[in-house]
Amino acid sequence: MTETEAEAAIDAAEHGAGGFDPGASILHHIVDSNYLEVPIINYKIQLPQIHLPEALGGLDISITKHVVMMWIACGILLLAFTVAARRRSESVPHGLRNALEVMMAYMRDEVARKSIAVGPDRFVGYLMTTFFFILTCNLLGLVPGMATATGNISVTAGLALMAFFMIQMGGIREYGVIQHFKNLVPHGLPLWLVPVVFVLELLSSFIKPFALCIRLFANMMAGHVVILAFISLIFILSEFWYAVAPLSVAFSLFVYLLEILVAFLQAYIFTMLTAQFIGMSVHPAH
Amino acid sequence: MDPVGLAYLGAGLGAGLAIIGAAAGIGRLAGSAMEGIARQPQSAATIQTAMLIAAALIEGIAFLALVICFLMSLK
Repeated sequence: MTETEAEAAIDAAEHGAGGFDPGASILHHIVDSNYLEVPIINYKIQLPQIHLPEALGGLDISITKHVVMMWIACGILLLAFTVAARRRSESVPHGLRNALEVMMAYMRDEVARKSIAVGPDRFVGYLMTTFFFILTCNLLGLVPGMATATGNISVTAGLALMAFFMIQMGGIREYGVIQHFKNLVPHGLPLWLVPVVFVLELLSSFIKPFALCIRLFANMMAGHVVILAFISLIFILSEFWYAVAPLSVAFSLFVYLLEILVAFLQAYIFTMLTAQFIGMSVHPAH
Repeated sequence: MDPVGLAYLGAGLGAGLAIIGAAAGIGRLAGSAMEGIARQPQSAATIQTAMLIAAALIEGIAFLALVICFLMSLK
């Protein structure tokens, strides 16, 4: 099936023609696409499709729905922090500045300084940026008509790649390249165990960011799948809609509220684990 | 039996088994954390942070299994 045919099939499943296909409909709401949807009036804004020239590998760098969502998240963050920073002359913070300051102070004192033993303040900027970016993307996904950029594995893979570089560079900066890799093996092991542990620890330094990536992606995707599955139940059991609809809506509302908690929790967990891993790399156990 | 049907069955069973494992893990974890907090209420904050991290690690693996099952059921 070509791309347009697949889209047509999804559209048909979505809007009633030829029966309702819950799988296609749920996928349609989760996967990335090259148009923006405006809810209620059912209008589609086509986004530009850009392909690099063949000489450069013909890479597809089209602007997609999730890219736009990330831009919106960046815009919101820039705006919110600019407004909050403008008010730094206030002796007692209130309103927006207060709300942001609570989270920033928590990130610095409880996450960065408690996880990273040596020079934590160097990493505070990265950790805060990651936290607020993931949080904004997660929460944007809960706004009707928007999409969850963090529910796309490419986005979380990018974030995890950055975390990987921060973890490795933190250790290398502190100890130098050779000592950093020597630190993977704890002191006082029997000699024959050293290569085994080294290989295991080397693998684990790749698995850690991979797990970060999968965790964020799966959490954000799963929540949306559950909400959509509850809504789909109404259409699957359309003969008894009067009995199913109130229950479905109530349950999906409950999951929606749970998702707000998950949005905060996952942003926190991602940052917290990154901080812990940086801490392990910067100040390894002896 | 129809192989596609068997694949769906596998996906469903896989999801259930993954959930059993994760539930057992998180249940144990939460139980121990509660016990710890009940014994030493002053260290509740530390225990909570450690518990959240461990729960996230368990949950990450459970979700990995669930994603595999989900993709299997949509094939």
